[in-house]
Amino acid sequence: MGISAKLSGLFQRSLGILVFALLWELLPRSGLVSAAYLSPPSEVLGAIADLVSSGLLFKHLEASLYRSLAGLLLAIVSGVGLGLLMGGFRRLEALVDPLLQLFRQTSALALFPVFILFFGIGELSKVAIIFWASFWPILLSTISGVKQVDRLLIDSARSMGASRAFLFVKVVLPAAAPSIFTGVRLAGAYCVTALVAAEMIGAHSGLGFLTLNSQEVFQVPSMYAGILLLALVGLLLNAVLALIERRCTRWRRGLRADA
Amino acid sequence: MSSIVARDLRMEFTSRDESGRAERVVALEHFDLEVRAGEFLSVLGPSGCGKSTFLSILAGLAQKSGGSLLVDGQPLEGINARQGVVFQGYALFPWRTVLENIEVGLEIRGVGKAERRERAREYLELVGLGGFGARYPHEISGGMRQRVAIARSLVYEPEVLLMDEPFAALDAQTREILQGELLRIWDRHKKTIVFITHSLDEAIFLSDRIAVMTHRPGRIKEIIEVPLPRPRLAELRNSEDFVHLRQRAWEVLKDEVRFATAPVPAATSTRAADWPASAQAGRRLAKG
Repeated sequence: MGISAKLSGLFQRSLGILVFALLWELLPRSGLVSAAYLSPPSEVLGAIADLVSSGLLFKHLEASLYRSLAGLLLAIVSGVGLGLLMGGFRRLEALVDPLLQLFRQTSALALFPVFILFFGIGELSKVAIIFWASFWPILLSTISGVKQVDRLLIDSARSMGASRAFLFVKVVLPAAAPSIFTGVRLAGAYCVTALVAAEMIGAHSGLGFLTLNSQEVFQVPSMYAGILLLALVGLLLNAVLALIERRCTRWRRGLRADA
Repeated sequence: MSSIVARDLRMEFTSRDESGRAERVVALEHFDLEVRAGEFLSVLGPSGCGKSTFLSILAGLAQKSGGSLLVDGQPLEGINARQGVVFQGYALFPWRTVLENIEVGLEIRGVGKAERRERAREYLELVGLGGFGARYPHEISGGMRQRVAIARSLVYEPEVLLMDEPFAALDAQTREILQGELLRIWDRHKKTIVFITHSLDEAIFLSDRIAVMTHRPGRIKEIIEVPLPRPRLAELRNSEDFVHLRQRAWEVLKDEVRFATAPVPAATSTRAADWPASAQAGRRLAKG
């Protein structure tokens, strides 16, 4: 496994993207698709460079990251906390479960007018919609993770005299962690979707706003720049969450092959 | 060292059968047992006789339905802080290394990190796993996992050790080795041990006394003294006294095994009839 093998692996992985970019460049240039609708990637990169030099990129990126991370972090903290509690008290879960199923199916976008009504058009309603979209997968995966914790592990900790707090923090939480992270990764994807929607309604900054606004003023390259950057933010968020997951569940390395 | 007295212990619960119908199950009834301080007592019984239920109650993990249970003269309430429990399924925490697993009981008792580590190492050595402290449970064998579980339950120096078929899931050789190890450890750290098993040979090899249970609803049918000299070595299993004791214990047990397997089809009861032979071979049977 030398450098050449690594290089060929890298080549394989980037081949699809290269072909796609080439096709994308050729379609508007050859006139098959109107350049007024589809800007070639070279122009999109140019638009991104302009955004960087004008400082606008940083402004939009900062606004988007702030909203998405605030909503996501809030969702993680409350979703995991509530999920541990509900998974730990079966009767509570049985009572609330039908309600949860209903809420989960209630689209965050459908609720946006409600959020605007309550929180106004500012940042709060945007964080709220992102929170709503991210919260449910985390809550539900935490509950199911807690319910699947091996009874034997709980009994063994209890037999050593563990307190309720110890059980929750040192047994249930780590045992449910793999399931919780599945929910958090899903929430990361939902969070970016909700972010775009939120920024397309009544925002003055953010990558979603940049995208919609550029279309409205016929800055087509910068519209594509916005879309591309949103995709990159989604990729980055997923990569960061995956990294945190690997760190937190390091012990599982090799377990899957073993089991 | 703790003494345990169970008087007229009763345990019943509701379970659901396959069709979802609620069914009243009486697991223990008129269960009387005295465990003397410092002795090694095995509870032997057929599958489903309630022997594990008794251990759960004794460990404070299940609530008895009636009767009394005294530990050192005091009624048992909740979890006995001076107990260690070893389960058949090891029950190690997969996200903790071997050493961290052994530390759990000390962590619960608020022992500082440095002292925790030191004492865990000491017990890791005791169970012969010196070099494996940094491994995760899934990286070691079943026999090694059970050694870790034993070290974990001993490290906070409990007075009584409750063992629920700890070696039932292990292969015959590992099982015999661990039985010898357990006796060696018990010799060094005298504790009261209550050992649940369905294996005649295991009960005889390890115990001072064997409490044989009836089929469900379980109670103690007879107590068999095991006057074999200690220290007990592997060769003891072939001695005349040992074989004699095994025959005697089987006489007490065999009706119960038949009862326990009576409602099931003939094929299963035939297997139950040659049970002592299979238990001798260390074959795994369903957990009781």
